[in-house]
Amino acid sequence: MDTATARPIEKLATNIPGFDHISCGGLPKHRTTLVSGTSGSGKTVFAAQFLAEGITKSGCGGVFVTFEEDPVDIRNNMATMGWDIEAWEREGKWIFLDASAQIDEEPIVAGSYDLGALLARVEYAIDACKADRVSLDSLDAISNQLQDRATVRRELFRIGLALKKKKVTSIMTAERNQDYGDISRYGVEEFVADNVIILRNVLIEEKRRRTVEILKFRGADHKKGEHPFTVVPGQGLVAIPLSAIELKQKSSDVRITTGNAELDAMCGGGFFRDSIVLVSGNTGTGKTVVVSEFLSGGLKACERTLLFAFEESREQLFRNVSALGGNFEKMEREGMLKIICEYPEVMGLEDHLLSMNNIIQDFRPLRVAVDSISALERVSTAKGFREFVISLTSAIKQQEITGLFTSTTPTQLGGFTITEAHISATTDSIILLRNVEMNGELRRGLTVLKMRGSQHDKDIREFVIDGSGMHIGKPFRNVNGILAGHPFLNGGEQSDRGLGG
Amino acid sequence: MVKYQLKLFVTGQTLRSSRAIMNLRRICEEELGTGYELDIIDVLERPQLAEEERVLATPTLIKKSPLPVRRIIGDLSDTKQVLRGLELLHPESRGGEG
Repeated sequence: MDTATARPIEKLATNIPGFDHISCGGLPKHRTTLVSGTSGSGKTVFAAQFLAEGITKSGCGGVFVTFEEDPVDIRNNMATMGWDIEAWEREGKWIFLDASAQIDEEPIVAGSYDLGALLARVEYAIDACKADRVSLDSLDAISNQLQDRATVRRELFRIGLALKKKKVTSIMTAERNQDYGDISRYGVEEFVADNVIILRNVLIEEKRRRTVEILKFRGADHKKGEHPFTVVPGQGLVAIPLSAIELKQKSSDVRITTGNAELDAMCGGGFFRDSIVLVSGNTGTGKTVVVSEFLSGGLKACERTLLFAFEESREQLFRNVSALGGNFEKMEREGMLKIICEYPEVMGLEDHLLSMNNIIQDFRPLRVAVDSISALERVSTAKGFREFVISLTSAIKQQEITGLFTSTTPTQLGGFTITEAHISATTDSIILLRNVEMNGELRRGLTVLKMRGSQHDKDIREFVIDGSGMHIGKPFRNVNGILAGHPFLNGGEQSDRGLGG
Repeated sequence: MVKYQLKLFVTGQTLRSSRAIMNLRRICEEELGTGYELDIIDVLERPQLAEEERVLATPTLIKKSPLPVRRIIGDLSDTKQVLRGLELLHPESRGGEG
C-alpha cells in the first residue's frame, strides 16, 4: 500500500511547558519553523529554550546561531531563566555560532556570493555537539548585515534544506513591526518555513498580554488561535493551553458532602467529585460560610483541602471562621489544610494561574476553594479572565478535584454579573446567595440554580448563620423577585401592611 | 615593499569559487607582482577556519596585512571594488579598468 504519502508529519516534543499541548506534540520533526514576533515578544527566549529543554530533558545537543546579539549577552540574559549555558558549552552540548556583525568591518561587496561558509560552520557545529536542534536568531539581523535581500532569501532557503538533510529540527526567528499585520518585516516566511508561530505581546486596557499562536503547520495538526503564555524567571516560557484539556474530562458520579447536610439534600446528595461549583453573592451574604463548611466537610472526611484567599488576610480569615465554629489554624497545622492568601495585584493572571497549578500539583488536594475568583478579574482583561477560568477549571477537573469558586456580585441585592456569565458556562453547579429585604429586615436566601447531571431543590430557602455555622431553613413563601434583587411580597400581608402603614 | 597577506575562503569546486580564484590571481599579479601570499581555504574541508574568522559568505577575501584588516565578499568580478578593498585604488587607475 502507498503509506509514504499518507504518513503524518512526525513531531519533536519541544518540552517547553504547555507548548507541546498547543502544538499537538511539538514542532514538525526535521523541519524549520519560523517564530515571528514584535520586538520584546520573547523570540530569543523561545529560541534558546528550545535548545535548553532539548539538553536538559532529552540529552541532545543544540546549536544557537546568533546574527544579532553577542553570545556573552545571551548567556547572561538566559541565566535569569535558570539555564547555565556556559556549563552546557563546556560539556559540549551547546554551541554558539557567532554570526553577528563585526564592528568596523563592513564587508566590501565585489560580485555575487552565497552563505556557503555559514552553512559549513553550522554543519560542523551540528556534528561537533551531535545536535538535533538548531536555532537561528534572527533573520532580520542577517538581512541587515548583507544588503542583498534576494541572495539572503535564496541562501536561507538553502540552509533550510540542508538542515532537513542533516535531520535536525530548527527554529528561525523573525521580527514583525506590529502584533497584527504582516507575518514578518522582510516577508521571509514565504520561502523559509511551512511552519509559522507568532508570539505577541499586546497592550490591552493597560495590561500586557502575551500569547502564542501556531499560524500554520503544513500537513500537521495543531490547536488554533492565540494561547496565553508567561515568562517565568528560573523556568522560561510557559504556555497555557485553553481548550486542550477539556476533552479528556471524566464525568464522575461520586458524590461528596458540601459540608452541610441541608445543602447536601438541596443538591440531591452533595457535589459531584470532579465538579466545579460557583457560589455567587454580595459581600456579607455568607459566601465565606459556604467555603468554610465545604473545607470543613473535606477535612472531616480526611481529604486534603486547599484554599486560595484573594480577599482577606490570613488573620481575618481565621477570625471569621472561628466565629462560625471552625478552626482553620489548627487544621493547617495538622497539614490537611493549606491556605494561600495573596493580593490579586501581586502578579498577572497568567502567573497566578501557574502558581495555583503548581501549588495544586504539589499539595495534591481533593478539594480546592477560591475566595473569591471575581477578585482576580481586577488584574486582567475580560478575555484574559475568561481564559483563566477555563484553564483553572480544566486543570482542577482533570485531576478529579472538587472546586468551589466564590464570586462577589457588585450590587447589594443581587442580579447576575457579566463575570458570572463567563464563569457559569464552565461550572457544573451554581449556588446563589442573596440578601432579602423583608418587612424592614435583612434576611439571607440561598438557592441552587444549576446542578449539572442531577435533580436538585429549586426553592429559595432562608438560612441563618450562627456560632456553629450555616443552617438552612424553609423556603421563602409569597416573596418574588429575590434573584433579580427586588424582592416583594405577594398577597395579603403586603397590602395589609401597605395600607396600614 | 609591504608583503600582502591574503586569505580567500571558498566553498568547494564551484563555478563561483574558481571565478573568484581566477579574478584574484589576475588582480594580484597585475597590482602586486610577487609581493603577496595567498591562502585559499575550502570551508567544506576546513570549517573550523571559517569559524575562527567568523566568515559567513563565500567567497570571502580577507586582507590580513597590511593593516587595517579588510573583508571583501563576492566572486571578485568587480575589480574596482576589489582594488578599493585592497587599498590599491590609485587616482590614476580610476576608470582605467573596465
